[in-house]
Amino acid sequence: MTLDIFREKGTPLDKQLFTWRELVQAPTSKLDDDAFTRVRIILMNGLESDAVRFSHATARMMNGDLRLPLAKIRRVEHHQQTMVNWLLPADLSPLETTIGFEQVAIEVTASVALREPDSYLAQVYRFGLLEDFDHLYRFSALMDRVMGADANNIIQNYTDIMPGRPTMVEHRAPEDDLREHYVSATADPLTKLHAVTIMASENQTHDYYMTIGPMFADPIARQLYAEIASIEEQHVTQYESMIDPNESPLEKWLLHEAMEVYNYYGCMEYETNPRVKEIWTRFCDYELGHLHMVMDLFKEIDGRDPAELLPQTLPEPIDYQSHRQFVRETLTNEVDLRASGTQFTHKDEEADRSPLSIAYREQMNSEGSPSEIVAAGYQWTPGTELVEKKSAFAKGASA
Amino acid sequence: MKSTGAQQAMVGNRTGIQTSPEMAEELIEGASNATPSSEGGPEEIAEYRGEYIAEGFPIGSMPMMPASEEGEADEEEVGMAVFLDKLGERLAFERMGTRLYEALLNKCEMLGEMTPGPTLEQIEHIGREELEHFLLVNNAITELGGDPTVQTPCADMAGVASLGIMQVLTDPRSSMAQCLQAMLMAELTDNDGWQLLIKLADNLGHDEMKVEFETALAHEEEHLLNVRAWLSECVLDSAQV
Repeated sequence: MTLDIFREKGTPLDKQLFTWRELVQAPTSKLDDDAFTRVRIILMNGLESDAVRFSHATARMMNGDLRLPLAKIRRVEHHQQTMVNWLLPADLSPLETTIGFEQVAIEVTASVALREPDSYLAQVYRFGLLEDFDHLYRFSALMDRVMGADANNIIQNYTDIMPGRPTMVEHRAPEDDLREHYVSATADPLTKLHAVTIMASENQTHDYYMTIGPMFADPIARQLYAEIASIEEQHVTQYESMIDPNESPLEKWLLHEAMEVYNYYGCMEYETNPRVKEIWTRFCDYELGHLHMVMDLFKEIDGRDPAELLPQTLPEPIDYQSHRQFVRETLTNEVDLRASGTQFTHKDEEADRSPLSIAYREQMNSEGSPSEIVAAGYQWTPGTELVEKKSAFAKGASA
Repeated sequence: MKSTGAQQAMVGNRTGIQTSPEMAEELIEGASNATPSSEGGPEEIAEYRGEYIAEGFPIGSMPMMPASEEGEADEEEVGMAVFLDKLGERLAFERMGTRLYEALLNKCEMLGEMTPGPTLEQIEHIGREELEHFLLVNNAITELGGDPTVQTPCADMAGVASLGIMQVLTDPRSSMAQCLQAMLMAELTDNDGWQLLIKLADNLGHDEMKVEFETALAHEEEHLLNVRAWLSECVLDSAQV
């Protein structure tokens, strides 16, 4: 990846302009666009959402000097998020979008886990990956059994639909959700970009499920969203705990902007829809503009050189392709891992090493497990399990 | 060069397993070899859903007659509550129907009148009648002492059931034939809705309303015949048969 983030200044903030008409363009096609175009849209919406979230949190905690620059950049980030998110079409139902969210969580996290230079953090990503992998399976069962639709029409064969670490055992006490954080002074820049990317993406997943969960009529759908949103909350806790808490707010802001440049650039490189690619290219330039503004603030307020933290050129981008083999290997080797404090242990040792999680899980599952009920005996089949006559009406059905 | 929707469509539909047979084979093989984490089948959901059904919470109730007190109301009040609920449903449906035909008119104006298919004048005619029906029901509810601004439980459920129809009509990308298919669903429901209202008006002794409703039904029968014919002609024409 040859983008020199110190030399490329991007679009100046005062040239980053929108109109309502421009924000709301013709959406992508659920049927004709590649699933990875949707993956990138969902991811970038999540990253912009986090940019706005971070900016607001910082504005509420910082002194007056940063309020205006935060507000100025935040306004643009908000509109970037709008333009990106509104690329999703109206015929993509909330449950179909959910399938897309889980595909993001699997394929993007798999790419990150494979490239992560820190072996401990790579393990953390693989741990989270197997949980999101299971969510795809549970939501696919919901789509099949409650809506009568096939989740593969969304994931387009790229991602497996089978159980991962069962969602019902993913429920953990907070004591077992925190991880060791990287050390900013010594961590590889890619480690930081990965951590902020995945944290942001998972946070948006949590927020999305919390928004749409009550929109479903079926009690099992409402329960499944309640259950999986809870895991997404754990995932946000896990991933944000990986980030060095000793970074200054400006250091975090600088890193966030660099992460956005990194990801828009990756999207540009891989995008197959030319109209969407134009948006990635434009926003990569916008983010470079933001990055340089924050570099100046970092020098001025923190008195530090951004080159201490950022590489001259960005690392290889996220790999937008199927990671089926890697995910399967991870599944085979690590599905039985459980968390114990900041470390991982085999499930056979969990009772001794993670008693708080066991107690918490037993309490949450004591009146039944929605993720188990929705997928009882479920095996994904092309065209839905009705092809196999798995229905209350199977008896006597001909053909 | 700026990309266009037409170029996008050239790529073709990517859903279905035949888009990428090799990957599909891996997907199928993986799924069929995987073991579900619990035994059972789709019936487990029904059992769980049943627990909630048994709790018996309603969608909502009619004004001045909370669902929990319905048992105490006399026969006439019960009949009136049902009548007002269904009138509220028709009111909401006709109001939405007017908007649906506005959206269809908009689509037809932009795409141009197509042969076969409805003319702008024909759409305007139906839309006008939908508006008249809305006003008719509005007056009927007022005459009965009801509040036409209330969203009744049946109106609410009809709104939920019809959400998709509006989504199809207002999506700039939907074709005239796709819109007509959605309108057929609306018109079929509307026809049966008026028939039921006529029976209710008759049985409850509202003779004048019954006559007015029969006129509305005659319009709706014409709408249904037209929409069905336009749809059929559009689809057959596009199939060049």
